[in-house]
Amino acid sequence: MNSFFKYFSDIFHGVKSLLIGMSVTGRYFFSPGQIVTQQYPENRKNLQMFERFKGEVIMLHDGNNQHRCNGCGICENNCPNGSIEVIPAKITGEDGKSKRVIDKHIYHLGMCTFCGLCVKNCPSNALGFGQEFEHAVFDRSKLTKVLNQPGSSIIKGVE
Amino acid sequence: MKEIINLPVSNIEEEEYHINMGPQHPSTHGVLRLLVSLQGEMVRSLKPHCGYIHRGIEKMCEKDTYPQVIHLTDRIDYLSAHINNHAVCLLVEKALEVDVPERVRYIRTIMDELARIQSHQLWWSSFGMDLGGLTCFFYGLRDREMILDIWEETTGSRFLQSYNCPGGVMQDIHPNFQKKVHAFLKTFKKKIKDYDRILSGNVIFENRSQGVGILSKEDAISYGVTGPSGRGSGWSCDVRKTEPYSMYGKVQFNEVLRYECDTYSRYMVRMQEMHESMNIIEQLIDNIPEGEHSAKMKAVIKLPAGEYFQRVESARGELGLFVVSDGNKTPYRMKFRTPSFSNLSVLDHISRGMKIADLVAIGASLDLVIPDIDR
Amino acid sequence: MTFNIYDFTSFNRWIDEGLNSFMSPTWALITEMAIIGIVFLLFYAVVGLFLVYAERKVCAFMQNRVGPNRVGPYGIFQTIADFIKLLMKELVYIKDSDKLLFNLAPFIVIIASFMALSAVPFAKGLHAIDFDIGILYVIAVSSLGVVGILLAGWSSNNKYSLIGAMRSGAQIVSYELSVGLSLLTIIVLAGTMQFSEIVEMQRNGWFIFKGHIPAIIAFIVFLVASTAETNRGPFDLAEAESELTAGFHTEYSGIKFAFFFLAEYMNMFLVASIAATVFWGGWMPFHVSGWAGFNTIMDYIPPFIWYIGKTAFIIWLMMLFKWTFPRLRIDQLLTLEWKYLLPINLVNILFMAFLVLMHWHF
Repeated sequence: MNSFFKYFSDIFHGVKSLLIGMSVTGRYFFSPGQIVTQQYPENRKNLQMFERFKGEVIMLHDGNNQHRCNGCGICENNCPNGSIEVIPAKITGEDGKSKRVIDKHIYHLGMCTFCGLCVKNCPSNALGFGQEFEHAVFDRSKLTKVLNQPGSSIIKGVE
Repeated sequence: MKEIINLPVSNIEEEEYHINMGPQHPSTHGVLRLLVSLQGEMVRSLKPHCGYIHRGIEKMCEKDTYPQVIHLTDRIDYLSAHINNHAVCLLVEKALEVDVPERVRYIRTIMDELARIQSHQLWWSSFGMDLGGLTCFFYGLRDREMILDIWEETTGSRFLQSYNCPGGVMQDIHPNFQKKVHAFLKTFKKKIKDYDRILSGNVIFENRSQGVGILSKEDAISYGVTGPSGRGSGWSCDVRKTEPYSMYGKVQFNEVLRYECDTYSRYMVRMQEMHESMNIIEQLIDNIPEGEHSAKMKAVIKLPAGEYFQRVESARGELGLFVVSDGNKTPYRMKFRTPSFSNLSVLDHISRGMKIADLVAIGASLDLVIPDIDR
Repeated sequence: MTFNIYDFTSFNRWIDEGLNSFMSPTWALITEMAIIGIVFLLFYAVVGLFLVYAERKVCAFMQNRVGPNRVGPYGIFQTIADFIKLLMKELVYIKDSDKLLFNLAPFIVIIASFMALSAVPFAKGLHAIDFDIGILYVIAVSSLGVVGILLAGWSSNNKYSLIGAMRSGAQIVSYELSVGLSLLTIIVLAGTMQFSEIVEMQRNGWFIFKGHIPAIIAFIVFLVASTAETNRGPFDLAEAESELTAGFHTEYSGIKFAFFFLAEYMNMFLVASIAATVFWGGWMPFHVSGWAGFNTIMDYIPPFIWYIGKTAFIIWLMMLFKWTFPRLRIDQLLTLEWKYLLPINLVNILFMAFLVLMHWHF
């Protein structure tokens, strides 16, 4: 007799638990306000990334097309993957002494793992993270970027 | 079950056949290959073949300096990236006898627990998916998104943060951090009830998981099944309790233990661990002391020659980190004792005599992360 | 021409007489068959494509997603785009597969569901064939589909497919019993197997209300068993994607896969139609005996709408099942059938027979 009751109580509890589960999905079905999907290409205009978002490594330039990089190469040493290459150049300054400046700061985005060591260890805070995240290209060579903008020079006083 | 296992061998060889589950298979969650011997639907034995995602992280670590190693540890067990980073940092700080600021300990502990919650959320999602309840997958991912947003705001990355560094953390927490964590806790406490309604209490789920994949406490110890899987067998193996690090010695939390030893108990351990993690975060989040976010470290970190070991409780179990240093700035040898590798080793033992569907459930309950196995 | 949205009998007669007026009766019959065939093919394709879209939308809403929304407004042309893609895909030849059976299997599956569709009354006078053993015919024909699934699994030369097919065989053989017995419960109440008469008998109240408790039990049993019979979740063991990758249709690609896919949705539609017709009055509007005014208002809603509404509701229920529950294991599946559904069903038939004997139904 006991097992007879157990048979029916099993059915009852089983059906009850199934109905509870269905109530969850059913409730979400009738509450379209809870939809969390973002409509990505449509919301591109007002898509705001967080300020610390690591999109890509950039060299910070000010309004006069000047940056703070003196080509010391600490970022290159700190990069675990060798995705940064610093090519320095020597110029002769106004006082006649030859001076080390950056010629090309080459950044291989395809190899970067965004560990942030270059940005953290830069002694003159020349590097930063950009907000760009749409990196897809058809040619891998386009992922190699030169970070210092053409014609840019170093800000006076940070050498 | 027993009669089938003990059938004479000659008889079995005729009826046995092999199928490959993986390396491309929906339920192995990655590139794990299980060579399963079946008799009808019954699993006779299985052989895991690893190495499909072996990247040689241990070898790569040997050419990296200690701060550079951290970004590789992210990629061992990507779901508990913070916790892996934490292990390296603790080891380096222990070796150099650096005292990290109190604020760092708080931040690291909170981040670890957030990582544990999101790892368990993703585990819950994929557990539901493996059992055929696809809706679970989306609910878990939906709630996980809040944690990823919190991380993105503070660390800049959603998934592989590399947030810890020897001596502290890369940058201070974002001003919105505490507010957002509170919002997350409030929301998730409501949403986790849905998890129970849709899966935990479900009669189909209970039948699928109860009495399936019995892992006795003795076996758990001898195979080294740590973490929630081991605690589901009643083995008290939580490193946070046995060897407290960071703030774990000072917060109140329970080590979740269950004694049914089956898939259901491993499931329930993880569900309750999410509550415990929220409990830990609640104790810490309002009391983060002011101060520096990193201790002063030398520019080049060199560990004194010798051997070092550090273990932490990752979301999947005990992560052991063993370093041999010859006094250089790079480690001479770095060895990771990853939890998933040991947890995988028991899969053959506990799934013998079970059905294919059970094998999927057992595999899901062990919460394997394949890069964690192969490294 | 007397086209009446509430009664298609005169419309059918008009076509029949029109064709007979300039053709010999044999040719008229052949023409009618051809017309019906084309209409049903179109209907089949449209409903199948729409159901795929509906399923994706419904599950998306249950999962807090938007679902397909790129092709056309609200993504309504998504399935058509998918269908075109499947048409253009390569039909992969499987090494060492049984070629004849491999190619035959999708057709058997799709023909079985197509044949069963012919007996369903969509509105008054709108059915292809009105057998006097309609229910028996539907049960018999709809279970033919399992032959196709077994063949697909066997001929694919794939162990996953084979396991899936064997599971499906065990499953459908068991659940066929419950489907039949739960329909039998209503046949006891109705006293006929002819669909048109069953619908007509529900003019003053649907069977689920007339037969109250046993009818409701029979409806639930039918819903569970038919979900299992159509290989849908939580009973989708034959194609359990987390265990067997895709089960019996693992090796199928392109349009052959589309046939299986379409057949699955049409089976769901078919089962929902049968449930709506037998338990919920089919195209019959909602009538309450005694409320003449209310009944007239209900009669203004065309029968076709009633039929579609009821079917859609039952399809929605089945989708709710699929997107809520985890999958059963094969032994639990058989336990559910042989230990729970079958005994309940047998007792329920006795109960219903007693009810009819004592005239306790409404």
